[in-house]
Amino acid sequence: MARTLSMKDAINEAIDQEMSRDPTVIMMGEDIVGGAGSPGEDDAWGGVLGVSKGLYAKHPKQMIDTPLSESAYVGAAIGAATCGLRPVAELMFIDFMGVCLDQIYNQAAKFRYMFGGKAETPVVIRAMCGAGFRAAAQHSQMLTPIFTHIPGIKVVCPSNAYDTKGLLIQAIRDNDPVIFLEHKNLYASECDVPEEPYAIPFGEANVAREGSDVTIVSYGLMVPNSLAAADILKKEGIDCEVIDLRTLSPIDMDTVIESVEETGRLVCVDESNPRCSIASDVSAVVAQDAFKALKAPIEMVTAPHTPVPFSPSLEDLYIPSATRIADAARKAMGA
Amino acid sequence: MSDKIVPILMPKWGLSMKEGTLAAWHVSEGTEIIPGDEIMDVETDKIANVVEAADGGLLRRCVGQAGEIYPVQALLGVMAPAEVTDSEIEEFIGSFEMPEIEEEEDASPTHLHADLEVGRIRYMHREGEGVAVIFIHGFGGDCDNWLFNVDEISTEAPVYALDLPGHGGSTKTIVNPTVEVMVNALVQLMDHLSLDRAHLVGHSMGGLIAGQTAVNHKDRVASLTLICAAGLGADINSEYIDGFVSAASRKELKPKLKCLFADDDLVSRAMVDDLLKYKRLDGVQAFLEDLKKNLFSGGKQTTSIADDLAILNVPALVIWGSEDAVIPKAHATAIDGARVEVIPDTGHMVMLENPGRVNELIKSQLS
Repeated sequence: MARTLSMKDAINEAIDQEMSRDPTVIMMGEDIVGGAGSPGEDDAWGGVLGVSKGLYAKHPKQMIDTPLSESAYVGAAIGAATCGLRPVAELMFIDFMGVCLDQIYNQAAKFRYMFGGKAETPVVIRAMCGAGFRAAAQHSQMLTPIFTHIPGIKVVCPSNAYDTKGLLIQAIRDNDPVIFLEHKNLYASECDVPEEPYAIPFGEANVAREGSDVTIVSYGLMVPNSLAAADILKKEGIDCEVIDLRTLSPIDMDTVIESVEETGRLVCVDESNPRCSIASDVSAVVAQDAFKALKAPIEMVTAPHTPVPFSPSLEDLYIPSATRIADAARKAMGA
Repeated sequence: MSDKIVPILMPKWGLSMKEGTLAAWHVSEGTEIIPGDEIMDVETDKIANVVEAADGGLLRRCVGQAGEIYPVQALLGVMAPAEVTDSEIEEFIGSFEMPEIEEEEDASPTHLHADLEVGRIRYMHREGEGVAVIFIHGFGGDCDNWLFNVDEISTEAPVYALDLPGHGGSTKTIVNPTVEVMVNALVQLMDHLSLDRAHLVGHSMGGLIAGQTAVNHKDRVASLTLICAAGLGADINSEYIDGFVSAASRKELKPKLKCLFADDDLVSRAMVDDLLKYKRLDGVQAFLEDLKKNLFSGGKQTTSIADDLAILNVPALVIWGSEDAVIPKAHATAIDGARVEVIPDTGHMVMLENPGRVNELIKSQLS
């Protein structure tokens, strides 16, 4: 039965239900159990923004508070995954992945391959991503392309609470390493979410809005921004189809290409920096596989090639806005 | 203000509808509308349909613009006799209070739940007078299949529509789903609601369940309305059943759903998405496979109740869509002595495609 839930609560519910279903599901992270300033176990902090609040009281043996050492506990989570557990490691911010990259891209991503298919690494590494939180350059990045570049890991970045619950459950049940990225500015966004557990398969884009003039491809926070742009453009008679990729590895290019074959125009919207991004990747594949369908050059709307500014007014300019997306769509329309 | 002014409002189809798009007007200002005339097309996130006029009169103003979205109960048009002046009509439009969506939503309860022996069952209820009507959906459906029927029928009787075990918002933990399990769930719900007797309206597999309930518990059933019902012959479109059960993506599911309608444009993206969301709930896939095995083993219907119903002496009405591509309309005449109505230009989901006619027929069973 559906009721309204925020993305933050959807993450909590997914982990809670999977921990109840399967005792090998564990969670590791900083301040997820105790946390500074909490008076007792029942009021545990639940991580930096309280996502896992309440889970320790329900599943005390499945929640592990870690030292402030991402390289240590991400390595421990990956090792535990190879030995039969299903760990969900929480990094506060994607920006901290740097110190544990060897464990991720050279170990977890390669185990299945290096051990001739005999090793499985069912680990989920969750982290907040994205700008708009006034958290400056070291806590605001959208580093999705770093991970999509690496074969052997799956990359998920949902745009709403319904998808978040289903994709996180799928991530926990998946037998390969999954990088699960949660845009912090979407934590409060709500939609109908069934109370029961459900899994959404990876590699299936969602058509968030149907339209016939322009295809807008995006993910994460850029989906609501693209939908807002589509609302603006509708008043001008431009009918946009908005595709939410949902998972970036694997990526559902079939849905993108089918849409471009109908509309003939493509706008790729990506909050990551422009070089070697999800936007440039989608653009390249469409240019190669569906060139004849295109009626206009492909447009890309991305962050600039700079760090995320701390100045609030500059940070607002940094994030691709509905206005910029609408401008790109108008350009594709020749308007 | 003149009491001769009759408003045309955005209809409310089902509990979840908050707003709808006025897709097109079929009438223009100056048209003399007769009740039952098709006056406009409305699209919701569930379905698109033609709105038939509930009242008659001279259409003086089209307030709603085609292509725009309006909340439920918003003023879309004004009918009034010619003697009502334009200024009176303007005054009526100006003083019309537009409903606020959120408040109305909070005031009306959505779905209800009953914890029964079989598990938790979700249902919806509309108050009314007399012997209750219970709507029973088909294979893979839920109580929202009756979104065009519950409100209209509640003008003449209390109405309930349930989600069968394994469906909608009801329990998905059913070990061996058989017709008997479904019948027992229905009877348990009737007991829970203190309903001694009810008129049963069943669609497809729900028709089989309604009929089997009448066979097992004759004194609990006031009448039967069987719509494109299972249990009246061996044939069924096994390609549809197999495809519906196995479909794991929108692309696989959508062509299957098109089999359900004579006008396959009615299959909206939202309809496909809602069904995919249901199918992806834990336990549903295994449940549907078990149910298919129990009911439609080898691509044939394994239970026939036509002969039992013929001698039962419970008033039975059989309704069929003339273009039904799931269960052949030849089954409509399987029950000796039952009244049969075949509705032209409709498919398996006849109650969604021509709700006006289906509602008339259901009401005729109540008296």
